[in-house]
Amino acid sequence: MPEDLAVRGYRYVRHRAGDWVAEVGRLTMLLGDVGRFLAPGLRSFGLVVDQMKAIGVGSLWLVVVVSLFTGGVAAVQAAYQFSSVVPLKYIGSVILRSVIIELGPVLTALVVGGRVGASIAAELGTMKVTEQIDALRAMAINPVRYLVVPRVIAAIVMLPVVTVFADAIAIFGGYVVSITTIGVSTHTYVVGLKQFFYLKDLYSGLVKAVFFGGIIGTMGCFYGFVTEGGAEGVGLATTRAVVSSCVLVLISDYVLANVLLRFIFAS
Amino acid sequence: MIRLRGVKKRLGGKRVLDGLDLDIERGETIVVLGPSGTGKSVLLKHIIGLMIPDEGSIEVDGVEIVGLGEKALDEVRKNFGMLFQGAALFDSMSVGENVGLALREHRRLPVAQIPVRVAECLAAVGLKGAEDLRTASLSGGMRKRVGLARAIAMNPDFILYDEPTTGLDPITADVIDQLVRSLQEKMGVTSVVVTHDLHSAYKVGDRLAMLYGGRVVFIGTPDEVRATRDPLVRQFIEGSSVGPIQPV
Repeated sequence: MPEDLAVRGYRYVRHRAGDWVAEVGRLTMLLGDVGRFLAPGLRSFGLVVDQMKAIGVGSLWLVVVVSLFTGGVAAVQAAYQFSSVVPLKYIGSVILRSVIIELGPVLTALVVGGRVGASIAAELGTMKVTEQIDALRAMAINPVRYLVVPRVIAAIVMLPVVTVFADAIAIFGGYVVSITTIGVSTHTYVVGLKQFFYLKDLYSGLVKAVFFGGIIGTMGCFYGFVTEGGAEGVGLATTRAVVSSCVLVLISDYVLANVLLRFIFAS
Repeated sequence: MIRLRGVKKRLGGKRVLDGLDLDIERGETIVVLGPSGTGKSVLLKHIIGLMIPDEGSIEVDGVEIVGLGEKALDEVRKNFGMLFQGAALFDSMSVGENVGLALREHRRLPVAQIPVRVAECLAAVGLKGAEDLRTASLSGGMRKRVGLARAIAMNPDFILYDEPTTGLDPITADVIDQLVRSLQEKMGVTSVVVTHDLHSAYKVGDRLAMLYGGRVVFIGTPDEVRATRDPLVRQFIEGSSVGPIQPV
């Protein structure tokens, strides 16, 4: 019956909307707790350093490989689109600006989000289902202060650092492809790099990376904390953490690009 | 002393605790018995404030913990140690780090004295020199003992045990029972033990409380439990599927 279908559809939408509102509410409460425990969380500096190693140093090789090929692809694409339209002396400029404004921060966030977001959600999700988070609370240790704050701070600090590495490697990858397959000389590539390099472009990329780090750390911790059930629940939490991190990175990239390039770094 | 009055809790649409009343005297070991799914672990989590009741009152040494803020609740929790069903050891830490975690976080002792206290606690549970072992390499019995060492590290007034002998062989289970007993005698702690294991319950309990239908339906000494004609208790201690208790 179509009417029956409509009622079921309405109930489904209402149920899903209720779940979504509840989830947003829980996320807001977690963010509030992170704000509240920021200063006490910094007291455990050793925990923050441990997480910085896991998030930053642990992601470095993956970021190096991805960035090297990103720079290479950027060079190939630029050369293809320049053909007979723009002189190849500008290839360094195009690679530099596209990497530091957009490709470096966003691709680094997506790669680190996949690796770190999944790892945080799986670790905290397993701790939740094996009662380790309850054990912390039973010992009067606040789990947000002990587990969430160090991870969020570490992600916020390390993502810009990893992004700087990613930018450098991608520009190097573009250079290698430019001189080996496109026929641009080292001198031409370097002049192109210098010609249109503006510090504000680098800053805008790094500001984005700070926000992306916050998103990755928060979403990984949030889905870890709300894990229910056993292995299936942990798997679900991991998937949700990665998907939500990637989607939020791309949405916030659009918003930040508008705010940063049109207003803050416009002049 | 711990006093629970009219505690009600509904989980997933099911009433798990339904007006539970229980008094736990200082220094005694009370064992909470009952079929699976009757809310024994839920009761422990209410006592330590990990769950909040829908209705009712829970007092710990005269302090009402229902409605208490997280900070004040943490002060109450510092008087508790809890051994979780699966021990809930932190995988990322060594045995020593697990046992010393609360001491480090609460700065209860000077940093130099923490390893000494950790060694004392591990020795008390028969795991002298196990500080550097990884938790992943421990057997079930060792995990419980490390969990117990962690529970006593802060010299608590109360220790809560959630199924301390479940999944252990009878000999290891007896070792854990003796530890529970000796901790009570040496430290004078008040203990609440949740278990299905009647052998263990008779060995460690000063009093045994039977939980059914979300309430305490019988409470008495081990001898009173053995002698009772109460059909619920009789069915449980005889392990019969026939009787007033409906198997889940």
